Amino acid sequence: MADFTAVKELTDAQLDDLVHPPQLVQGTEKFHDITESVCVVAEAHRAPKAWYVAFGIAVTFLGILGAMIFHLVTTGVGVWGNNQPVAWGWPIVNFVFWVGIGHAGTLISAVLFLFRQGWRTGINRFAEAMTIFAVICAGMFPAIHVGRIWVIYWVFPIPNQMDMWPNFRSPLLWDVFAVSTYFTVSLLFWYMGLVPDLATQRDRAKTKLRKMLYGAFALGWNGSNRQWHRYERAYLILAALATPLVLSVHSVVSFDFAISQLPGWHTTIFPPYFVAGAIFSGFAMVMTLAVPARQLFGLKHLITMRHLELINKVIMATGMLVGYAYAMEAFMAWYSGNKYEGFTFVNRAFGPYAWAYWIMVSCNVISPQIFWFKKARRSIPIMFIVSIFVNIGMWFERFVIVVTSLNRDFLPSSWNYFTPTIVDLLTLMGSFGLFFTLFLLFCRWLPQVAMAEVKNVMPAAHAHGPDHEEDQ
Amino acid sequence: MTTPKTHGIIAEFDSVDAIIAAANQVREAGYTKWDCHTPFPVHGLDDAMAIKQTKLPWLVLVMGISGCLGGMFLQWWTNAYDYVYIISGKPAWSLPANIPVMFEMTILFSALTAFFSMWIINNLPKWYNPLFHAASFTKVTDDRFVLAIESRDPLYGEATRGLLQSAGALAMEEVNPPEDDGLMPSKLKGWLGVVFSLMLLPPVMIASSMYSNSSEPRVHLVPDMDSQMSFGEQEASSFFADGRSMRAPIAGTYAQEDDHLLGEKPGYYTGKEDGAYLTALPVEVTQELMARGQERFGIYCGVCHGMGGKGDGAVSRRAQKLEMATWVQPADLHTDLVKVQPPGQIFETMTNGIRTMPGYARQIPVQDRWAIVLYLQALQRASAGE
Repeated sequence: MADFTAVKELTDAQLDDLVHPPQLVQGTEKFHDITESVCVVAEAHRAPKAWYVAFGIAVTFLGILGAMIFHLVTTGVGVWGNNQPVAWGWPIVNFVFWVGIGHAGTLISAVLFLFRQGWRTGINRFAEAMTIFAVICAGMFPAIHVGRIWVIYWVFPIPNQMDMWPNFRSPLLWDVFAVSTYFTVSLLFWYMGLVPDLATQRDRAKTKLRKMLYGAFALGWNGSNRQWHRYERAYLILAALATPLVLSVHSVVSFDFAISQLPGWHTTIFPPYFVAGAIFSGFAMVMTLAVPARQLFGLKHLITMRHLELINKVIMATGMLVGYAYAMEAFMAWYSGNKYEGFTFVNRAFGPYAWAYWIMVSCNVISPQIFWFKKARRSIPIMFIVSIFVNIGMWFERFVIVVTSLNRDFLPSSWNYFTPTIVDLLTLMGSFGLFFTLFLLFCRWLPQVAMAEVKNVMPAAHAHGPDHEEDQ
Repeated sequence: MTTPKTHGIIAEFDSVDAIIAAANQVREAGYTKWDCHTPFPVHGLDDAMAIKQTKLPWLVLVMGISGCLGGMFLQWWTNAYDYVYIISGKPAWSLPANIPVMFEMTILFSALTAFFSMWIINNLPKWYNPLFHAASFTKVTDDRFVLAIESRDPLYGEATRGLLQSAGALAMEEVNPPEDDGLMPSKLKGWLGVVFSLMLLPPVMIASSMYSNSSEPRVHLVPDMDSQMSFGEQEASSFFADGRSMRAPIAGTYAQEDDHLLGEKPGYYTGKEDGAYLTALPVEVTQELMARGQERFGIYCGVCHGMGGKGDGAVSRRAQKLEMATWVQPADLHTDLVKVQPPGQIFETMTNGIRTMPGYARQIPVQDRWAIVLYLQALQRASAGE
């Protein structure tokens, strides 16, 4: 096996060559090296030390989440800070934050697939995993915030003795359908991509237990070309379905707000603005996860500086889309001549939550602007810090939208300052625990890079024969 | 053990070009029961093997349309037909609001179809495959390209090996699975049988309880507000010194029958004295009382019984117009049946209600009820021309 620890980061000269861009896989041209470098992570007897430390912290917070949910269910939603006039507080902020994170995974796996962007293969697997875990975190919040969680099935149209059905004209119900469809499709897409790689792990397995477990989930995959043919067709169809789906999901999430008639929420710019924000936050999370993962598990030859720079470009582009949306929202508030709308936006920027608004603007609009500089785009520490900033900024964006629109409503007598309780804070931190626990388990036991797909974008994967002109 | 039956032969190649060239040769030689096994989908191999385009997209299209129509039907049935939602007077069925769910159902049905029918058409999951017995086959999921020809192909024979050799095979291996191969181990079969039988138990229990009677209260998994912390009647309580949860009336409490103790005439509160209805009003009859009675009658009684007491109030007329099947027309107060009733009985009817008429004790104070009785008597006499 080639030693990939010696693989150097791409130089500026290599990255600047647009005519002959650097290979997506650095340091090897052999398929076997890909298999080897990805599989050793799961086959190693012990994970890197940092993994154990991170896993310990993540599981601790997962435990805190469990305790908080138990406390919530046994006591009631009064343990949270939600109260009039901010009845939609912390849990909805967290829901929108997490479901937004998920969007980058689908974008990378589906949209970039349709656009034939070969570089997606290096990062799509764990971006998809990130999507699924983020949607799990997201789905948890609306489920626990209903109060009587044991009748949560009432949101689904299940025939019952009361002869009652959900109201299909409510955007909250559209949300149920959009998010559960999104989770299902993402899971199918992710698992389908995993099957050939699970078969690789099955065939390399040394112990009986591994053979059985990987074998069971590999479904008897044997790389038959007749099966590949249908597999590729189904993969393409799923990608084509997931693309409009990902756009619809965050649009529907934005309907939760936009369909209401509250100044600050009731605006037609919300669907595209939310989708752009979702992709923005999701790519930032991909960056936050990719930078340590490639270091820790020796995947620098698969996730190269070229990949990272491309992600940074997406972050900068979507960051500017989001900035445009902020400006346009404020402009429309003024241009509409509606004094309530105008008040809401002045209140946002200069009211009691001005601090949150300006955190949002500096993190989301200003901080990605550093990526105009080539040096910053190719600097690991800078891109990592910016990605953290964007994560924080996007959480505050949802906080600003939800809380500032509600805290000063039409009746000044009911104005109130929303403050989260300790349970609110610990639940949010706990959701990160859930996310990272699942993500770390995935990193340890499943192939983090889509091996079959990476092999497919290597030069050796393409026929050179005279009668096989490639359409690359 | 008998001689193992040959499943077929596999040939190894190490590059995309080599497997495509070999596939072309095997196809041209006329073989039909063969396949290529590769670590990733090799583009160009489909043509070399002459694989026909799969019908999968058509299946997905059909199911996607079904999902869309199903989503539409679900929303129409639940919200516009079976249980009509009336919200701000909007029409029961308005398409724009139903598009998001129809869209999601389209995607959901299509994606589930694409995923599951792909596996079904591919004949997977199938954990057993005779090719897994070939030692070199494990490299297929790593970096080797394998061409496998099955022994049930009519052309399979001595020449097969030569063909693969000339196609540039790096190595060849005959696949000889053992005789009893591919059968499920009897131990596993037994366990699966046990698990399956156990899984049948819950549905059987549900089905049997559906057709049986029980005097036990039904099982309530989520009691919600069924059990409350309040005390039931006659229940003991450690909170009060006398150990009873029910409290005695406070000192100075009088029963309604004790009119005289409250300084009222007998029957003032109940309309009865010694079990018999009062035949005269227990209050002083004045012009003011009559005026009060007229006003109160108009407020509380007239809406149903009519201002003239003929049982034709606004509520009744509206209900008849709507043809409400369950509506019972209010009594005409001028029939002999009502006229013969003593004042005490009318008072009691007003206090406690009768048939579908509710009691008005909470709305109308005692003195006002007697005022209404007085007015009603006057009304009855006026109507009869007395």
